[in-house]
Amino acid sequence: MKDEVLIRLDGISKQFGGQSVLQQIDLSIAKNRIITLIGPNGAGKTTLVKVVLGLLTPDKGSVQRSPQLHVGYMPQKLIIEPTMPLKVGRFLQFAEPDIELCRAALHRTGIESLINNPVQGLSGGETQRMLLARALLRKPNLLVLDEPVQGVDVSGQEGLYSLIADLRRELGCAIFMVSHDLHLVMAATDEVICLNQHVCCSGSPQQVSIDPAFVELFGTKTALYTHHHDHTHDLNSEVISERSDSHV
Amino acid sequence: MYDFLLLALLAGMAVAVVAGPLGSLVVWQRMAYFGDTLAHSALLGIALGLWLSFGEGTMVIVVCLLVALLLSVLEGKHKLATDTVLGILSHTFLALGLVAITMVPGGRTDMEALLFGDILTVTKSEVITMWLMSLAVLAVLKYHWQPLLSMVVQEDLASVEGVSVARYKLLLKLLLALIVAISMKIVGVLLITALLIIPAAAARQFSKTPEQMAVRASLLAVASVCLGLISSLLWNLPVGPAMVLSASGLFLVARTIA
Repeated sequence: MKDEVLIRLDGISKQFGGQSVLQQIDLSIAKNRIITLIGPNGAGKTTLVKVVLGLLTPDKGSVQRSPQLHVGYMPQKLIIEPTMPLKVGRFLQFAEPDIELCRAALHRTGIESLINNPVQGLSGGETQRMLLARALLRKPNLLVLDEPVQGVDVSGQEGLYSLIADLRRELGCAIFMVSHDLHLVMAATDEVICLNQHVCCSGSPQQVSIDPAFVELFGTKTALYTHHHDHTHDLNSEVISERSDSHV
Repeated sequence: MYDFLLLALLAGMAVAVVAGPLGSLVVWQRMAYFGDTLAHSALLGIALGLWLSFGEGTMVIVVCLLVALLLSVLEGKHKLATDTVLGILSHTFLALGLVAITMVPGGRTDMEALLFGDILTVTKSEVITMWLMSLAVLAVLKYHWQPLLSMVVQEDLASVEGVSVARYKLLLKLLLALIVAISMKIVGVLLITALLIIPAAAARQFSKTPEQMAVRASLLAVASVCLGLISSLLWNLPVGPAMVLSASGLFLVARTIA
């Protein structure tokens, strides 16, 4: 594996209860790259993220991690038992016992004042900033973000994205991000991977946005051009036919 | 002349001190039903012990540990919801234990003692065993507290940060099995989980950190044991249920005040 590559997936397949969720996924994340994973619900995005993180073992294929790989992870949502009395600062201390470093991380994500608040009382945006702070404490060279603006109100989404962009510049880390938000995704990312159990298409945002498979998944509203389909999906998202005609 | 009371008090304390942190973990991890299943299987341990003329206490520990292992293996390997699977196993073990005990040739069938505890007949050596096990479990909990807590708070983050989640899940189950096994004599198989979760739930009402909750739950459990013993002496109540009711009373007080 080249020095520049932090993690490489080859031919990853994963099934749950006989149902195929990922098929033959190849993916490599190089230093400093921003890679965005898009795809409809049930496309296997979170499953792929969990394979990258090592939380799930694929049925087939290989995962190679660079010895220098240091991952910071921001999960899609955070559910903390209401019976668990836990303050924001303490939540961060699981990643870094030194409370002053935790305070600094919270300062960087803009919620230092909440350090003594119970985690269950945070808003969506505050929760995401707390999770981001915990990921930062790991001094990651790869930041894995699963729908980072989910549950954040529209006015807060832009702020959170620009914070992520700033942090990425400061840390010089790679980002592997799942997103639904195509406009913002397109603006910042180096590479877009369009997933629907298999990789439908991938490449630069410009390349992907004119790819027929992209429109197949996201329709014309999000696309910049009119496109041609090259295949369609059945209910299980299997590719059922190759097409050459245009019917958008 | 009050030796039996002192022994009962010491036996109750042995479980109460560990009930705080362990009970809190059970509450946080939603393992109450899991604890019930272990407790019900303890009866089978008694039956086996009587049958094989082997130490009943030891057999209870062995059976509880085996059931904890069995449940870990079964976890996530079936299509039924976890509470359904536990519901099936829990009551199957209880029924199996009840049947097995009545079938023991010439065996004692003081079913009430098995179901609701018999703390006043506890022996010195049993008390010593209880304290040794309780202190051992406390030591393990203390040593592994941070990773255990991290796992309970958010499994995936803990795992990404290097906590081996599968190992700690198993550890927690085995520790719970040990404490359930030694609690049987005190409150009986039907009330064991109560002694673990009620003090923890009460402590939650006025705690701001996990550690506060764990320590205060232990204090409340100790108080429940003392109040239970005293009230059973005063009003001639069965001791195990009196202890559980004391815990419930403290919970109501905590709930009202906090």
